[in-house]
Parts: sequence; structure tokens; C-alpha cells
Amino acid sequence: MNETQNSLGAYLKLHWKTAVFLVVLLIGIGLADIFVDSYMRRLLNLCAIYVIVSLAMNLVNGFTGQFSLGQAGFMAIGAYTVAIFTVPVESRTAIFYLEPMAPFLANIQLPFVVALILGGLASVVVAFFIGSPCLRLRGDYLAIATLGFSEIIRIVFTNTQSITNGALGIKSIPTISSLWWTYGTALLIIIATILLVYSSYGRAFKSIREDEIAAEAMGVGLFKTKMTSFLIGAFFTGIGGGLFAALLGTVDPKQFYFTLTYNFLLIIVLGGMGSISGTIIASFLVTLGQEALRFLDEPMAFGLDLPIFRPGLRMVVFSFLLMIIVLFYRKGLMGTNELTWDFMAQKFQSIKKKLSRKKTSTEGGGK
Amino acid sequence: MVVGMTMETFLQQLINGLSLGSLYALIAIGYTMVYGILRLINFAHGDIFMMAAYFTYFGIAVFFLPWYVTFIITIGLTILLGVTIERVAYRPLRDAPKTSLLISAIGVSFLLENVATYLFSGKPQAFPEFPLLTTPFFIGGLSIQPVSIVIPIVAFILMSALLFMINKTKLGMAMRAVAVDYDTAKLMGIKINGVISSTFAIGSALAAVGAILWCMKYPSVLPLMGVVPGLKCFIAAVIGGIGNVKGAVLGGLILGFSEVLMVAFFPALTGYRDAIAFVILIIILLFLPNGLLGKKQVEKV
Repeated sequence: MNETQNSLGAYLKLHWKTAVFLVVLLIGIGLADIFVDSYMRRLLNLCAIYVIVSLAMNLVNGFTGQFSLGQAGFMAIGAYTVAIFTVPVESRTAIFYLEPMAPFLANIQLPFVVALILGGLASVVVAFFIGSPCLRLRGDYLAIATLGFSEIIRIVFTNTQSITNGALGIKSIPTISSLWWTYGTALLIIIATILLVYSSYGRAFKSIREDEIAAEAMGVGLFKTKMTSFLIGAFFTGIGGGLFAALLGTVDPKQFYFTLTYNFLLIIVLGGMGSISGTIIASFLVTLGQEALRFLDEPMAFGLDLPIFRPGLRMVVFSFLLMIIVLFYRKGLMGTNELTWDFMAQKFQSIKKKLSRKKTSTEGGGK
Repeated sequence: MVVGMTMETFLQQLINGLSLGSLYALIAIGYTMVYGILRLINFAHGDIFMMAAYFTYFGIAVFFLPWYVTFIITIGLTILLGVTIERVAYRPLRDAPKTSLLISAIGVSFLLENVATYLFSGKPQAFPEFPLLTTPFFIGGLSIQPVSIVIPIVAFILMSALLFMINKTKLGMAMRAVAVDYDTAKLMGIKINGVISSTFAIGSALAAVGAILWCMKYPSVLPLMGVVPGLKCFIAAVIGGIGNVKGAVLGGLILGFSEVLMVAFFPALTGYRDAIAFVILIIILLFLPNGLLGKKQVEKV
């Protein structure tokens, strides 16, 4: 007992800054949860969901080097699972007015957490079927197969009227408004990802990213390792989708158009492929940025009737941003670095050095 | 369902399948050639096709140019677009990790879609009909749109010319050399950049012709019209064996026929029409990962 206390003390001594940061963060979320208005609350919730999905995407694309573009599809699976299983039984006849819900589902109602996890697991099952042909092969087939899948899943959900209500979508899903659901889940997933990335599994992921042939020669089972990463990613994405459904309170196939995936792609490229902290920062930047730049779509921005401001400009700006980052700042904000205390101290030192050097050089020039 | 289908309707569906398959083949060639040389899925190819459709639309329906002028301008602009994309978005990343190149391709695709939505609005625009090409004529109970015959003929001529170019000319030889071994080809004095530019030019020109013919058969243009055909045509290239031009043609035809025949035989599955390509992709990747005509690829250390 004494020993564990000692080791806990030692651990805290070593990581006191992180511990303080975590406590401050939790208090911050708690305060935000009490004081923030509904618009900001929704936005903050969306940030947390984007963190979850982007992190899952970065695990597969950034850490393992497998190019998956199925995020919208896996989110759709998670979202629809939550929608189908949490909508109150008594309001189902009103929602499914074109065609009644399939009898085997009509009377099943599950608690939110159970439905959420079920959604994640459903994504895993689907991911297994996509992954098993694609991950065996070297090459980029995964990108096309996952992108194709996220289109198919929309087609399927539009056509299975008695389960998903087709193009009408499912309304009046019990919503979550507390920040704790999304931020709690996001924190759990961040911690899980950190533990995973720094475990032997994580090292295997990175070895595949760096060089598949060398990794295989060192005894990394390529297929199994890629599959592990892909399935974990799909699970997290499904959970993210479930939270998304519960946040919006309504799902329909149009929300999960494949362009949704490109948002997450922008986030992981901006944050740095292979950086957890970079992904988190970029998730907030992109989500809040997309909201802040909404005026670009308004014809009357700045009180003037400028013809360049009209719907669509915002997305042009964002896709342009993606191109600029890829072409000129390939490493993104963080590259494969993490925002650790050491990293910050180092950056601080180097900035200080640069400033002082500038000072001396200008002084020298003056003489 | 199969009962009640007469020989005539079956033949009719075959002709539809042939023309759809030829369109797919024209686009698939662009994917397969670029992949053969750069090992890159050119995600923007479907959107190059979309832009070509808009060029045609503007030429004919907005500026009222004669059709032959429009076609020449469309093909010219599309080639320019394809070559510019390669120059601006792919060439600077030639030595970058492959993931960056792939992201750049997706970025271009996303940018083109958004620019098209912004400039031309997301609403579908009706493409003017060509009565000469769309008024059906009748042969023994078959009603055939002339355009369904024109498409395979044009496609066949272009593909033959392309195969001749690849197999018999110096540029074609250079392309084959670059596809086999990029670095050695460079050492042998082949001007890699020129070869890659001409690959993009040829792919874009075929996509432009594909777009013109597509608009004649399916007279509506919209910013996201290139996405699903783009995905399907890449799959067609995979079915035939990626990197192989004949394979792309074969894959395109297989895809066109299976799509049309599935809808004809199983009308209940009409909603799943776009899904069949992906089912075929999964099957091909499981059992014939190198495609029907592809060679086994060995990854070198």
C-alpha cells in the first residue's frame, strides 16, 4: 500500500504540470457547462466530436500510414445506430409515417450509452469487411474502397425505408446538451489513443508507416497490425457519429456526404499527420474557423452587396487552405511532434535565442 | 423478373450497356495511365470530367457557339486544366511521401468541386438536347438513340488511336518506359516531366470527349457529377488491371454492362445501382488483386 502511494507520489512529482493542466481543464469544462449559451454549447460539443473523429482518422492515416477515407460512412453507422435505438418507442409511428419501422426493431429502446457503444461496434464489423480485402494488398485501394463505402452506406440508408426511414431521416432523437458527454468521451479517447500510440502496438503502427517492407522483416504482422489500427479507428469514429446524432437530434443521409470526411482530412493535415496534440488543436481551429467564416457565404457581408460573397465561398477558402498546407507546409502545425512540456520549453528557448541574436546583430549593425 | 424480358429489350439493354461502358472506358483510361506512371490515384480526374461538362455547357447553352467550336474549345481547356493541375499540385510533391501526393489530389478534387459550386451554383443545369442524336430510330422493334451508337464508335476510334500511340510512337515508348521503371527511364535520358505532362494531357482529352458524349446522353450538368463516375471508373481501371490501357477499356465495359443489366433484370435493385461497382471491386481485390489483364506487381526494396 505504502509502495503504491510512493509511486503515485513520484508519478505526480514527475507529471505535476500535466496533473495541474488536467484539473484546470476539467474545471474549465465544468464552468463552461454551466455558463455557456446554447449556441456556443453546440459549437463546443461539435469541436469535441471533431476531435474524436479526427483523432481516429489520424490513428489510421497518420500513425499507421493507411489512407482511409471512410469517416463519413463510419459516422453514419454510429449515428444511425444511436438514432434507431434511442428514439422513444411511442414517437416512432409518427416518425416512420411513410413505412412503419421493421417489427424486430420497433419495440427495442436502449439507453444512450449502450446504443453509442453498439454504434461503435457496428462500425467495427463493417470496417472488418472492408479492411480484409483491402489491407492485404499494398497500395492505395483502401482509399478508394473506403470512399466508395461511405457513398454506398448513404445509398443503403436511403433505400432501407423500414429501418432508417430513408431520405426522410430520423427526427426527435433524445439530445445531449451537457458538455460532459462529448468532452468526457473525447478525453477517454485521447487517453486511450496516447496509451495505444506509445505501446508496442503503436510502435508497430509507426513502423508500418515508415517502411512496410522493413517492418515486415522485423516481424511485424502487416495485415493484423493494419487491421487493428483500422478497426480501432472505426470504433472511435462510430462513437463520434453516435454523439453527432445525439447532438443534432436528427439524422438523415445527406449529413454524411463524403465531403464531411474532407473536413477531418483538413484537420489532420493542418494539425500534423501523426500528432495527437496537433489534431486536437486543429479540430478546434477548423471547427471554430468554419463557424467564424460563415459571413463569406452571406451576400451582404460588411454591409455591402459584394457579388463575391455568396454561398460556397467558405468551402472554396477551406479547400484552398488544404492545398496550401499540403504544398507548402507539409508537416502542418506539429508534424509528428507532440505539444509536451519539454517541446514547449524547447520552442520557448529557441524563440528567445532567435530574438536575442536579432538584437545583437542589429546592435552590431548600428556600430 | 427475368420472365417477361423479350429478346428486344435484352438487346436494347445491351446497347445501353455498351454506350455506358464506353463512357466509363474513356474516363478510366485517364486513371490507369496516371496510376501507371505516378502510382497516384488522380482523385481530381472525375472533377476534370465535370469541368469539361461545364465547358461544353457554357459553349453551347450560354455562348451559343457552333458545336464543333465548342468541342474543340472544351477539349483544349480540359487539357490545359489537367496539365496545370499536374504542374501546380503534383509536380512539387514528386519527391514527397506518397500520402502527401494523395492528399494533394484529394485537395484538388475538393477545390474543383467547391469552385464549381461557387461559380455555377449547386443546382443542376439542363444541357440542350441534340434532336439529331437523341431522337430514337427503330430497327426490328428496337428503339435506339443514335447517340448510343455514336458513343461506342467514337470511343473505339479514340482508343485505337491511343493504343497505336502507346505501342508505335516514340512518346508511347517513353511512357511505357517510365511506367516500368521511373528512375531508370530518367537515367536513360527520357524527359520525365514532358512524358508526365503528355499523360495528363491525353487523359484529360479523353475525359473531355467522355464528358461531351455523357452530356448528350444524360443532359444535365452539376458540380458533383464527376464524383460517382470518377470512383466507378477508377474501379473499372482496377478491374482491368491498373496501369493497363486495354484493361481499363475492358473494366469500363464490364462495369457498364453489369450496371445496366442489373437494373434491367432486377428492377427492385434500381436504388442500389451505384453500389454494384463497389461490390465488384471488393470481389476483384479478394480474388484477382492484379485485375483481369494486370501483371503481378512486386514491391521492390
